[in-house]
Amino acid sequence: MTMTTMATAAPAYTGLEIFWFLVIAVLWVGHFALEGFDFGVGMLLPVVGKTDLDRRVMINTIGPVWDGNEVWLLVAGGATFAAFPNWYATLFSGFYLPLFLILAALIFRGVAFEYRSKREMPKWHLAWDHAIFWGSLVPSLLWGVAFANILRGTPIGPHQTYLGSFFNLLNVYSLLGGVTTLLLFALHGSIFLSLKTTEDIKERAEGVAKVLAPAATLALLAFLAWTYVNARDAHYVGIVPPFVPILAIIAVAVVGWLMRENLAGWAFIANAVAMVGLIATIFLNLYPRVMVSSISPVYNLTIGNTSSAPYTLKVMTIVALIFTPLVLVYQSWSYWVFRARVRRPAIGAVLPVADPPGTDDTPGAATADGVPAATADPAGTPSDGGTR
Amino acid sequence: MTLLLSRWQFGITTVFHFIFVPLTIGLALLLAIMQTAAYRARDDEAKRAKWEQMAVFWRRLFLINFAIGVVTGIVQEFQFGMNWSMYSRYVGSVFGAPLAVEALLAFFLESTFLGIWIFGKGRVSDRIHLASIWLVSIGTMLSAYFILAANAWMQHPVGYKIQGNRAIMTNFWAVMTNNTLISSFLHVFTAALVTAAMLMLGVSAWHLRRSQKAGAGAHPVFSTSAKLALIVGSVAVVATMFFGDNQARLMETQQPMKMAAAEAQYNTQNGASFSLLTLGNLSGDPIFQIRIPHALSVLSDNSWDGPVQGINQVQAKEQATYGKGSYVPVLWVTYWTFRIMVGCGMLMFVGLLWGLWLMYRRKVDTSTWFLRLAVPALLLPFVANATGWIFTEMGRQPWVVYGLLKTAKGVSPIGTGYVVTTLIGFTAIYTVLAIIDFALMAKYAKLDADSVDEHDGPTTPGNDTGAGVDVHQDDDDDRAPALIY
Repeated sequence: MTMTTMATAAPAYTGLEIFWFLVIAVLWVGHFALEGFDFGVGMLLPVVGKTDLDRRVMINTIGPVWDGNEVWLLVAGGATFAAFPNWYATLFSGFYLPLFLILAALIFRGVAFEYRSKREMPKWHLAWDHAIFWGSLVPSLLWGVAFANILRGTPIGPHQTYLGSFFNLLNVYSLLGGVTTLLLFALHGSIFLSLKTTEDIKERAEGVAKVLAPAATLALLAFLAWTYVNARDAHYVGIVPPFVPILAIIAVAVVGWLMRENLAGWAFIANAVAMVGLIATIFLNLYPRVMVSSISPVYNLTIGNTSSAPYTLKVMTIVALIFTPLVLVYQSWSYWVFRARVRRPAIGAVLPVADPPGTDDTPGAATADGVPAATADPAGTPSDGGTR
Repeated sequence: MTLLLSRWQFGITTVFHFIFVPLTIGLALLLAIMQTAAYRARDDEAKRAKWEQMAVFWRRLFLINFAIGVVTGIVQEFQFGMNWSMYSRYVGSVFGAPLAVEALLAFFLESTFLGIWIFGKGRVSDRIHLASIWLVSIGTMLSAYFILAANAWMQHPVGYKIQGNRAIMTNFWAVMTNNTLISSFLHVFTAALVTAAMLMLGVSAWHLRRSQKAGAGAHPVFSTSAKLALIVGSVAVVATMFFGDNQARLMETQQPMKMAAAEAQYNTQNGASFSLLTLGNLSGDPIFQIRIPHALSVLSDNSWDGPVQGINQVQAKEQATYGKGSYVPVLWVTYWTFRIMVGCGMLMFVGLLWGLWLMYRRKVDTSTWFLRLAVPALLLPFVANATGWIFTEMGRQPWVVYGLLKTAKGVSPIGTGYVVTTLIGFTAIYTVLAIIDFALMAKYAKLDADSVDEHDGPTTPGNDTGAGVDVHQDDDDDRAPALIY
């Protein structure tokens, strides 16, 4: 199965190392395909959300699920630590500042969802909207940059030590990778919004999706083509069957058409397929490497020279096989529970009273934000929204 | 320099993270209890309303607090690779496993069912809504167990062998049933309950005092909350002390230096006394000291005249085993953090007993001094939590994994400039978040129990049919999710 022609330290891989390489790829697919859309919704806040209430509706479409989506990242991190400690160590100490930026973004974004509604001041809401926007944009860009660099090669020297600086990570290819994931996630978010909202928010989201779809297609096409050229020049194409990147490009290319045909559900699936194809291309191209050294192939990190002890891999495999199906069942169920569209009139229906007495909020601030007052017709009318 | 700054960064992140985590663990369980009480009283409208109102009130504080606990936890997971990559290489095969299992078992459970719990009322049945807060609570406990499994292995490595230049796991079961782990989990878990109970008591006391001053009767929400906090808190504080004592005993055999450093006791003694506090320096020749005879021997050996090892003797022994070097942690840190932790615990123990006595005499709502003091006392568990961790981590120095790897050998080979950047960055972020969090906590803690916020979700009892109707017509689903955020 391995087609490597390079001098790697220990070419004899056990099945479990390959299995965990696959597991980590799957975890990243899960993170991209799920958190991708909540990052997208966050990035589209200022574009699709014209009023505070619009943005509130948008945030509530991802409210119940974003945290669970982020756990895919944490499991990917934990699994890398346990299964390939040397990969974890080199990657995160090497890509130090980008990772710091990602963490800072995720911190502000995470608290923003919860804290935004805690004060009824327009300025307060706007500040957290900024946090959600940047907090979604920065990781969307940087995960693409990171994966492009992992594959392109970074200055990794003896003892699996990263010898470069922050600026080694900034190059046209990796930035293209970042733009690709950013556009794919934004597109994913716009399709998600068109599935989960109503009326003008839905229409704006659809409009954005139609613009983003060709842009994302171009970016993915350029990135994957460049990836192929890099691989060919390095005489190392991994084990990528050509249909994988081609499928990815076709999948994202049909998203725009599916959106025009009002098949947003299929468009969402097609975009997810494109992300699967992107991750699959990267990982298959990498295999059996996990990080490429730009100094010498001798210093490449591989699943062999970064992996954990066989016993650890065995234990982890058993735990994963027992609990992953369970997690998938209840996480899917939670998506089922929240399958309904989020709409503005719903607010009128849940508003028991106006402002709580005894808070330091100015009275009537809720209505100023376009929230219908308690006495409003629970059925609501479109004109209820966006009146501020 | 990288080492020193990395240690500061780890310490700041961990202490900051641990302000919020115990409260999350404790409040999740208390909320599950409240919601169970409301569910069981569903035929008694007044009772049900009271418990439900309580759950709504404490839920707001829980969620504000939960958010920061989650996001600082992300940093925890990645900082081992960022700042401690050599450590990660050395221990990954053992230490990585509980971290990965924690994410898979605990984080998914917590986050998914928290989503169901916050947004799902009216969309899932009341029974499932109740189950979801229990699952969140179980998730927080599992999370604590697995991360403490990783930490306990650093304190007392088991189930491993050294192969080449790294530790290899040989027995996962041994790692997961490490006696250090069980002891520290029970200590941390009960301390988390104390933390939540003290916060609940303090906030309730503030409200009860306010109604007293206004000449109004005690609000049933706060009256009941105070009582619940007193019962849970008293049981939990006794348990915390019991398991803390249990830990001290393990420490005496597993990390004798830490025990000696906690006491700044230089020489091995039989029937050692416990130093209550010291003025002057800790170098063995204090200006003024208060000591309790034999107490240290009783604490760490369970016997009146048992031997307690001294710093000099342990230093000689470790030097003989591990080679030249100092094996003594920073004494003023270990000595004082240990004392502050124990002192806060004792104060809470006394305070909670006082409260129990008042409760027995049905005087909690009408007392003045007790309620007055209960408000500032809510800080005590937070101080104890922080000093407890600082003590146990600083007391292990110079080791990062006791007896196996020194902290200095674990740090990443990265430039000081990088660590300075992230140290400043994270510290600034934590400071901003802390200010916002405390302001929001204060705002929502002062809210009337009767106030209802639109963000609390539907107040009518949930739709008991739950999910499963309107299957094919999402657009016509009139049970659209509430806008909570």
